[in-house]
Amino acid sequence: VPRTLMGTENSECEEKMISPEKAEEAKLKARYPNLGNKPGGSDLLRKRLQKGQKYFDSGDYNMAKAKIKNKQLPTAAPEKTEITGDHIPTPQDLPQRKTSLVTSKLAG
Amino acid sequence: TMAGADGGTTDVQWCFSQVKGAIDDDVADADIISTVEFNHSGELLATGDKGGRVVIFQQEPESKNQPQCRGEYNVYSTFQSHEPEFDYLKSLEIEEKINKIRWLPQKNAAHFLLSTNDKTIKLWKISERDKRPEGYNLKEEDGRFRDPNTVTTLRVPVFRPMDLMVEASPRRVFANAHTYHINSISVNSDHETYLSADDLRINLWHMEITDRSFNIVDIKPTNMEELTEVITAAEFHPSQCNTFVYSSSKGTIRLCDMRASALCDKHVKLFEEPEDPNNRSFFSEIISSISDVKFSHSGRYMMTRDYLSVKIWDLNMETRPVETYQVHEYLRSKLCSLYENDCIFDKFECCWNGKDSVVMTGSYNNFFRMFDRGYRQDVTLEASRENSKLRSVLKPRKVSTGGKRKKDEISVDSLDFNKKILHTAWHPLDNIIAVATINNLYIFQEKLN
Repeated sequence: VPRTLMGTENSECEEKMISPEKAEEAKLKARYPNLGNKPGGSDLLRKRLQKGQKYFDSGDYNMAKAKIKNKQLPTAAPEKTEITGDHIPTPQDLPQRKTSLVTSKLAG
Repeated sequence: TMAGADGGTTDVQWCFSQVKGAIDDDVADADIISTVEFNHSGELLATGDKGGRVVIFQQEPESKNQPQCRGEYNVYSTFQSHEPEFDYLKSLEIEEKINKIRWLPQKNAAHFLLSTNDKTIKLWKISERDKRPEGYNLKEEDGRFRDPNTVTTLRVPVFRPMDLMVEASPRRVFANAHTYHINSISVNSDHETYLSADDLRINLWHMEITDRSFNIVDIKPTNMEELTEVITAAEFHPSQCNTFVYSSSKGTIRLCDMRASALCDKHVKLFEEPEDPNNRSFFSEIISSISDVKFSHSGRYMMTRDYLSVKIWDLNMETRPVETYQVHEYLRSKLCSLYENDCIFDKFECCWNGKDSVVMTGSYNNFFRMFDRGYRQDVTLEASRENSKLRSVLKPRKVSTGGKRKKDEISVDSLDFNKKILHTAWHPLDNIIAVATINNLYIFQEKLN
């Protein structure tokens, strides 16, 4: 589905009073009233710095192992779907990142 | 049409030359082009993609039969530069996507380039082999060893011609020096060192030494809660080997001098355009974030790209840019939607032509823009298969912003925001440009009469 912009039907006279940028800001705050007041700051930047973070946490994994040392560890379902919630992922459960064996189509 | 790059009154018309890549709409992630770079002579053109692969094209020598066009670019070498990795210690998936490629100046018959993903930089040697040794005494031609007892005479092996083979081999791997994601690499004019920059730090490397690098910029706050800006791009000055610049997510550029101190946390110059506090909005900082910084070939100017504009700065004036060009100002009244679909975070690059007279950058709907600095003209062109008849002249495009849309114009709401041109490159000497859409590489040339 091609991504196009949603048409804007704002009244002309409203937008003449404020800059287009401020009008857009008002629109955003109307849609997301809980949006933080410190825009573009720590939250966005920290999200950017954490790119690539996956779910496997060795600390959680080892603590869980210690707590249930007498029981069997839960194993992954045969269909390896998204791993979240109560199931503690193991290294074996992480989806294998396949390397690109195929030649680039630019070279075709 | 635009004024010619030689400063004369000839108009430059751009013609389609070639397009590389698959035609089908179903684009695999791996095929997304992530970087495009000509080498210093313009003979080679390298691309990197999200799948960690590098493809190098070589320009054919000009043919005497067709003086009207410059040589075509054909595949010269292709190799897997980076593989996906998983850092178990930090629970971090390390993408194989090639963020940047930078060529080293050519010193001998072989070509060298640096390619980097988020964490590791590699030096690749691309060399040609067109002869091989034949006539070994102890080996057959197919490689099997001969029984030494059957050897009764000695001969000197000789080199005989063979079909050209182009080999790429990794000569150096520069790893484990970046906690955050590498966004830039830049080769120094001393040809011995280079810098690599991530979100918070910049490191200086020597080409020959892989187990050590010097940290020259560190903007990490002691308390990460106080983080307010990150490094977005960095580049060495083209001729002053002690000078480099880095840009930030707050729209500032800092120029540093490595002679001043070992750690260049204190800038020598700070380039920042004053902002009108009345115009400040939620989006101001996001759209002021600089996605690319490039020195002019002369070294006198630098160009920055932020979300809506391209700015040219004179290195002698820190207070404001000397020129500002609007790339797609009509998007300012669409920022809310662009924030919701994440397009506001797209990182566009920019480039200079060889004479520093024209600059180019990409936009949406597979449009790209050129700004002629001298003649104060600009043009919007489109990279699409529909305009890809050999040597057909590209027709300028126009986006209609008012209520009335003229016949050949396209309205802002009809633009396809999935079709973004983030990476473009200009041949260092001639009017040949490489424009990357999501998964295709277009090559356009100046129409020669």
